[in-house]
Amino acid sequence: MEHGALGKVYRNGESIVRQGESGDCMYVIQAGQVEVLQEREGKEIHLSVLDEGDVFGEMALFERETRSATVRALGDARVLTVDKKIFLRRVHEDPSFAFRILQKMSHRIRELDAELVRVKTDS
Amino acid sequence: MGEHSQLALESGSRVGVIGGGPAGSFFSYFLLQMAQRVGIDLQVDIYESRDFSIPGPAGCNMCAGVISESLVQTLSVEGIILPPAVVQRGIDSYVMHTEAENATIHTPLDEMRIATVYRGRGPRGIQEVKGKSFDGHLLELALDMGANLVRCRVKEITWNAGRPQVEAKEGEPQVYDLLVGAIGVNSPSLALFENLGIRYRRPKVRNTFITELSLGSEAVNNKLGSSMHVFLLNLDGLDFAAFIPKGDYVTMCLIGDIDRKLIDSFLEHEAVEASLPEVKAATSDACHCSPKASLGDALNPFADRVVLIGDCGVARLNKDGIGSAYRTAKAAATTAIFEGISSDDFRKHYWPVCRSISHDNRFGTLVFAIVNVMKKMQFLTSGVLRMAKKEQTKQGKQRRMSMVLWDVFTGSANYRDVFLRTLHPAFLSSFMWQASIGALLAKSGNR
Repeated sequence: MEHGALGKVYRNGESIVRQGESGDCMYVIQAGQVEVLQEREGKEIHLSVLDEGDVFGEMALFERETRSATVRALGDARVLTVDKKIFLRRVHEDPSFAFRILQKMSHRIRELDAELVRVKTDS
Repeated sequence: MGEHSQLALESGSRVGVIGGGPAGSFFSYFLLQMAQRVGIDLQVDIYESRDFSIPGPAGCNMCAGVISESLVQTLSVEGIILPPAVVQRGIDSYVMHTEAENATIHTPLDEMRIATVYRGRGPRGIQEVKGKSFDGHLLELALDMGANLVRCRVKEITWNAGRPQVEAKEGEPQVYDLLVGAIGVNSPSLALFENLGIRYRRPKVRNTFITELSLGSEAVNNKLGSSMHVFLLNLDGLDFAAFIPKGDYVTMCLIGDIDRKLIDSFLEHEAVEASLPEVKAATSDACHCSPKASLGDALNPFADRVVLIGDCGVARLNKDGIGSAYRTAKAAATTAIFEGISSDDFRKHYWPVCRSISHDNRFGTLVFAIVNVMKKMQFLTSGVLRMAKKEQTKQGKQRRMSMVLWDVFTGSANYRDVFLRTLHPAFLSSFMWQASIGALLAKSGNR
């Protein structure tokens, strides 16, 4: 790892979060890519690939639910952990701090809508 | 826009920012980002005469260059990723030195979440320039967002028909709808704002001492690695001392009532010589500075169409000045976009953020006063280290002393939180127990 590289390096295929585990932090990708998967009936369903600057694990900060998906490094990925307390304190002081998260969630809902339409149209 | 404000920014408004350090760049970046979101087209001019791509004092804003754990996380969520070219070294642990012993303390996550940076391009005499300036990186982000850079020193600020007017050393005087002071406490430009007739007065300051020691990459790796070394020594007037690893250099930072005698006493202290014997020789021809650090709040850091942010307004005591620059800059930008630019708007929406920093500094003063008392009593410092060492096998939140020390010395949490954590019964009982053992061992002459 370079001396100036912040966060933690995860090797290709290494899990960063696991579906079903509890979590009290979110993550920001500093370099590389990660893959988001959901496990159902013993099978892994690929959901998306996230890049540098993307966040994941943020749903655990808003809901007291377990992790909804597994996230693994796709190639080497460097990821920074963001503590729940730091995130919520900043949002409390400055609500615009959550803007990028809302923007990304909005983008994902748009993608899910498109996928839903495709599935319903195909069936 | 503010519903009640008579003074507000609108498309075509002009904003002048004096100072292109972190406060000025953060302000410009967030102002333009929020303006884009609400559909306002602003012109932002940043006046900065320094060239951050030049090594040595000409391109440096004189600072120890530590980006706190909380700020690294905050900036990441804001979309501001600090690349390895900007970060000289990631920090994941610290070594705490007292008069008699030392302890290495790791953060629970074992992750690089503190960044050490050069505010400029590196110290005077640097042989090989590696990486980029932190201030230069932030300025680039502001320029990419649409700000203009005016690479000129400002010589006068006056009023022109109720609007602030800036006269630089070159070019025509420019009139702005909003003028932002982001000049730090070491800038002669502070007097321009004090003479503007808004009753602004600069904060009280004290001297610090920073020097860049050329030890070479291998020595820095072997001796310090990714650890910051913090010293809790019984030297009168010394509030804080640290060795901060960077590329080929170690930054020595002393905060307190610093004079030459105190610097020499520190360098000759056996705990310092034992940890890094090369230091004293390396200081002889090293790039050094004695920047002033804010020790209080400015008076009236805002008026109609004028606001002062960062150190020249309110800054955190001893630590995380860049963190308070971010907070005050963003609060001022949010106020200017969503509320207005009158004195009342800044009082209602910007000043509370400054006041919360100022309020927290009172706890900081108390915390450092307690640290100063403890430094004089070896059994207490021994108790601190014993407790911290014993915690290392425990889970994160159970490392009560380690996290208190980490947050005090790295500026990663606010001082009020840190202080309240020390009042927890589990913290107090464990500390009293370890301090008692420390006292008994000291009495029997066995450490």
